[in-house]
Amino acid sequence: MLHITTLHYLVLGAALFLLGVIGVLTRRNVVIVLMSIELILNAVNLNLVAFSRLWGGLHGQIFAIFVITDAAAEAAVGLGILIAFFRNKETVNIDEVNLLKW
Amino acid sequence: MAPVATPFFFYLLSGIMLIGGILVITRKNPVHSALALIVTLLAQASIYLMLYAPFVAGVQIILYAGGIMVLFLFVIMLVSIDRSIKERQFNSQWVVGIIAATALGGLFIAAFTKGDKIFPEHVLPMVENDNTQNIATLLYGQYMFAFEIASLLLLVAIIGAVVMAKKRI
Amino acid sequence: MNSIVQYIQSYLASDKTPGAAGNMFWALVYIMLVFVGLSVAVIAMNWLERKILAHMQVRLGPMRVGPHGLLQPIADAIKLLLKEDIIPAEADGLIFWMAPFIVVLAAFTVFVVVPFGPTHAITDMNIGILFMLGVSSLSVLGIVMAGWASNSHYPLIGALRSSAQMVSYEVAMGLAVVSAILMTSLNATGTGTLSMIGIVQAQQAQGEWFIFKFFPLGLIAFFIFAVAMVAETNRAPFDLAEAESELTAGFHTEYSGFRWSLFFLAEYSAMIAVSSIAVTLWLGGWLRPFPNLLSGGIWELVFSFFPGVTFLFFAAICFYNTVRMPKHPLFRIQTIGLAAFGVVLALIGLVLFIPAVSMRVQDIFWFATKVAAFMYLYIWYRGTFPRYRFDQLMQMGWKVLLPMGLGVLILTASVALLQQKLWHP
Repeated sequence: MLHITTLHYLVLGAALFLLGVIGVLTRRNVVIVLMSIELILNAVNLNLVAFSRLWGGLHGQIFAIFVITDAAAEAAVGLGILIAFFRNKETVNIDEVNLLKW
Repeated sequence: MAPVATPFFFYLLSGIMLIGGILVITRKNPVHSALALIVTLLAQASIYLMLYAPFVAGVQIILYAGGIMVLFLFVIMLVSIDRSIKERQFNSQWVVGIIAATALGGLFIAAFTKGDKIFPEHVLPMVENDNTQNIATLLYGQYMFAFEIASLLLLVAIIGAVVMAKKRI
Repeated sequence: MNSIVQYIQSYLASDKTPGAAGNMFWALVYIMLVFVGLSVAVIAMNWLERKILAHMQVRLGPMRVGPHGLLQPIADAIKLLLKEDIIPAEADGLIFWMAPFIVVLAAFTVFVVVPFGPTHAITDMNIGILFMLGVSSLSVLGIVMAGWASNSHYPLIGALRSSAQMVSYEVAMGLAVVSAILMTSLNATGTGTLSMIGIVQAQQAQGEWFIFKFFPLGLIAFFIFAVAMVAETNRAPFDLAEAESELTAGFHTEYSGFRWSLFFLAEYSAMIAVSSIAVTLWLGGWLRPFPNLLSGGIWELVFSFFPGVTFLFFAAICFYNTVRMPKHPLFRIQTIGLAAFGVVLALIGLVLFIPAVSMRVQDIFWFATKVAAFMYLYIWYRGTFPRYRFDQLMQMGWKVLLPMGLGVLILTASVALLQQKLWHP
């Protein structure tokens, strides 16, 4: 209780990761699925920064910055796809994306 | 200045983050989800401050909370959400999804209980004052190539988003 | 009692900000001071904007409440607080309720790192300018929430316009800021700084404000920032988000009473916040004009008179207008009020002549003066420029300011590198 170790941060990161995975696997709304992916990326970032603190270096923080960059790119492309999809099918449900299904 | 009352703030912030995360994946309305996610991101920025990573915290606020989430809110407003709120919220494989996630959670628990001793107890000291300068040195030195690739990735993402979203190019 | 005096003296001798020194008590005192100062500034701005706009349009402006309408902001505040607080039936209650608070919170939190003087800031962060830009970009969230939660057409369109506009201009703004930060690295060690106090100290060490650095590069960067900051705060001529002729009031159409006044408060404190960024980065923050050229005992003395003289000047204006008041008995109370206001201003001015006071207050005075100049610019824009169309606005942001910002950034970096390689090998 009185001492916060690296493990505490890792457990928090794992819990966030799990929440994100549950969101991706169970929700139908594409927007919320994308947000769950952001949760997963943030859980990873938390771990990276916690490890960076553990080893006293900055490499983990650098990787966290790269992950944030990727998250920005992912969000932009994902939301672009979402808009194109919504324009064609008038829905935002991910299980109706079944054009390739035989 | 060293962080004060670390345990208190850690439990407070992690509580906020977990509640925010749960709200993100359970709310019907995507706008509410997005706001819960913003709260989570801001709490995480504070946790970065506790981990002596002020620059990452600043980037988190300016890029995630101020940039990406505004993009999300913008898109949510463009697509009409009235219909999807009234529909079923979870897909048909939600049982399988929960089971898979539980299995993953079990894996995490096993790893953390078994590997508890791997992580050293005390952490190495870190200078906070030069954090930004040191990150800059690393980013434009050792990670120069990765940095350039990231910029290329962003360029590709911009073009991709425009191609995807624009009606007629 | 004695120990209290000693405590205060020990603080006054400190050369650190209370936050950096870890001094909780003084940090709280500073937070209260900044809060009160901001509220007073917003109230003053309210009156000044209406008066100046009125005089630009050859009107008189508020004249009824108090002498020359001086008590008008207070009357307005009482009116707004007493109004009914309406939440539309179809609105999303929680978000509608929360949105104004987020905007206000974002606008006020920014002032944590604003350096009013070398020790007059709540704290000095290593990531100061990044923190300021990040937190001020959070206010767009509050605007989007307000527009969406109102569940009405005008607010939604206003919120969409506002968010698109603010996100676009943030890019140009960021580039301009980066080119100013690059200039801080021109010292012996070759490392720059993001700390707000560090940026002003770099200008002091280099002997020139960054607006004149690498002429005209600093000036162009400043110009980009000055345009982007008007767009960022949704003010005329970029006030499309609340264009009253098209959208009634934009994102706060459905708000009334206290909540509306929170938006008002946030708008003005955001204006002060971005102006203080501009002042810190390009106009030398708390530095008085010519600190290096006109240094020495006599000039120090002359410049230390400035705060007092300014207040005496305002007092003199008050007395002049007191004399010009109509001599009718109905105007007696107003005349006495104006004279009393002048006396208060004169007393403040006289207090500022005491050397011990003027030493501590000088920095704050110069900073506030520069910010006040920006506030006047804001009013001036509103009085003179016609409103932009939305596509013109976007074109301006992405096709003019962004390439200009990139060009200035590259040129600044090249010139800085050349200077370091050639003159300090």
